[in-house]
Amino acid sequence: MLRLRGSLRFADAHRVWSEFRAAALPPPSGGVVFDLSEVERLDGGVAALIVELQSAISCGDGTPVDLRGASADVAEILTLYGCQLGCERTPPAPVPLLTQIGAAAAEVLDEARGGLEFLGAVIVAWFSGLRRPATLSWSQIWPVLERAGADGLPIVMMFGFLVGFIMAFQGAVQLEQFGASIFVADLVGLTITRELGPLMTAIVVCGRSGAAFAAELGTMKVSEEIDALKTLGFDPLRHLVIPRILALVIALPVLTLVADVMGLVGGLLVGLFSLDLTPMAYIHETQGALELWDVTSGLLKSLAFALAIGGISCQQGLATTGGAAGVGRRTTTAVVSILFSLILIDAGFAVAFNALGV
Amino acid sequence: MSDLSPVTSGEDAQDPSDEADSSGDAPVGEPVIRVKAMTMGWGDFILQREATFTVNRGDVFVLLGGSGCGKSTLLQHLIGLQTPLAGSVEIAGLGERGPERWGEPRFRVGPPPFGVMFQSGALFGSMTVGQNLSLPLERWTDLPPDAIASLVRGRLGLVGLREFEHHYPSEISGGMKKRAAIARALALEPDLLFLDEPSAGLDPVSAVELDDLILTLNRQFGLTVVLVTHELESIFKIATRCAFLDKDSQSIIARGDPRQLRDESTDPRVRAFFNRLPRSVAEEARA
Ligand SMILES: Nc1ncnc2c1ncn2[C@@H]1O[C@H](COP(=O)(O)OP(=O)(O)OP(=O)(O)O)[C@@H](O)[C@H]1O
Ligand SMILES: [Mg+2]
Repeated sequence: MLRLRGSLRFADAHRVWSEFRAAALPPPSGGVVFDLSEVERLDGGVAALIVELQSAISCGDGTPVDLRGASADVAEILTLYGCQLGCERTPPAPVPLLTQIGAAAAEVLDEARGGLEFLGAVIVAWFSGLRRPATLSWSQIWPVLERAGADGLPIVMMFGFLVGFIMAFQGAVQLEQFGASIFVADLVGLTITRELGPLMTAIVVCGRSGAAFAAELGTMKVSEEIDALKTLGFDPLRHLVIPRILALVIALPVLTLVADVMGLVGGLLVGLFSLDLTPMAYIHETQGALELWDVTSGLLKSLAFALAIGGISCQQGLATTGGAAGVGRRTTTAVVSILFSLILIDAGFAVAFNALGV
Repeated sequence: MSDLSPVTSGEDAQDPSDEADSSGDAPVGEPVIRVKAMTMGWGDFILQREATFTVNRGDVFVLLGGSGCGKSTLLQHLIGLQTPLAGSVEIAGLGERGPERWGEPRFRVGPPPFGVMFQSGALFGSMTVGQNLSLPLERWTDLPPDAIASLVRGRLGLVGLREFEHHYPSEISGGMKKRAAIARALALEPDLLFLDEPSAGLDPVSAVELDDLILTLNRQFGLTVVLVTHELESIFKIATRCAFLDKDSQSIIARGDPRQLRDESTDPRVRAFFNRLPRSVAEEARA
């Protein structure tokens, strides 16, 4: 027998909940009786807790719970919270471990299939778009080109410069021991153009534009804007995805080239001020070390990077479900998968170039 | 309005069969939408089982039912953005739904065959209200830019938003977004219009004006309208037919003229809805 009295407000909810739970769970044999006859006032929060407690007790093993003595007002509030509905909830059965593993695996497969389907659809849309160019939204390229390309120029320049600068410093320390400090120019020139320029630029663009595309398309998806676009006769692939990918395909090689130049400048400055080389000597050494292929192979890579960044971010954006949290999840997934694929692509190129002997 | 009607698109004209099917001259009464034994839901979660109904040309067809019973989902199926679990949906001029969804523009040539207003409005947040309206016009008509601009202003005037042409959707109120979305749905002068709760969130005067607008479009231009609404007054005023969806029985429990249903239906759920009774009373009546 539990007796309540006075006026029970939401502020008392914590006390009511813990004291009653302690007294009534596990339920004593013979049932529980709530005596509400002295309750003057009951507000919704406490009523909900009493109803919950009642069903928690009686759902366990069918222990009878009796609520008695409630005044008309109090009874009405209890009814509002479904007091008379009795015990109808069954607690969800725990999911067995094996099922969880299976579900997770199925989800991974689903994701992979979604990605492949998207890839196929984009390719089809691209080629059928080429046949009928009016169906592609070419004008959408310009704003994207500005945001992903031009606006990213300062950070890419700074990145390129610092990478060249740091490389030259690190290299100088080692090479100076052998009196070979002039080879800093070779080191910086080759690593920047072949490897670090394209990769660093792609990472910057992934953080800036990849995340932006995924979040933008994801928000459009969850706010039904993508559906609206379809009902107005626009194919999201041709109107949103392909212009974004194309803009990146144009912008990323250009940005990479800029980063290459800035990297060489960074190396040059170290050469001038820390290694006491003359500008002519440094530039001459760089010219001797670099072949055209070193630069073009880097640009080739940046093309593949652009496709990966554009494709993955748009795919993740369009696959978004589940409101603001979903947008956050997909944006994270997009950035992580892009970074992963950048490394994979880079490794693939390294192996391929090696095999081809170039 | 009448000066706006000659909006036809270049692509439409190339396809005479499509033209014949979607023109407003077809006799009133022929079926425009046929839903046959359609089951919808997600996996094991079934919302409607074997729903069957037709919408005829010239109808103002209202989908009714409690919150969460699947009205918006049904609209998604009708406009082809979702595929039924079983059964089929057929829209005149588009044919019966195959495995592809004709809601996806890439499976379709030509302009969209209908106008849609989503429950949330779904205006494009990165464009101004005016650009939202001009986007489909630029894509599907060969009108010069100044003609498009005046058309957009005309449409916005129709829903009382002329001064807000250059505002972004985030800068206008919820009810204004709805009105802008209706104007966008009308942009290409469709002869089939889907509206999801167009008057929710509008003040009574705007709501009545919207009803009048729908009636005018329906009577003057033969526009077929499928809409979801909970406004009883508006239902009795504009609806020619309705379908009543029920969540618990996963089926359509009544269909026909809403005025007739109000007066003659024996189903307590339908009576409760039309007479604004709480659910408990309806349940008592049934028991
Ligand atoms: N993507 C989804 N996955 C699973 N269930 C969903 C999904 N979308 C909606 N539902 C469920 O489908 C049901 C019907 O939703 P719907 O939006 O069609 O309701 P409605 O009749 O339009 O309601 P309202 O009048 O409140 O707008 C809801 O119970 C909802 O939980
Ligand atoms: Mg809805």
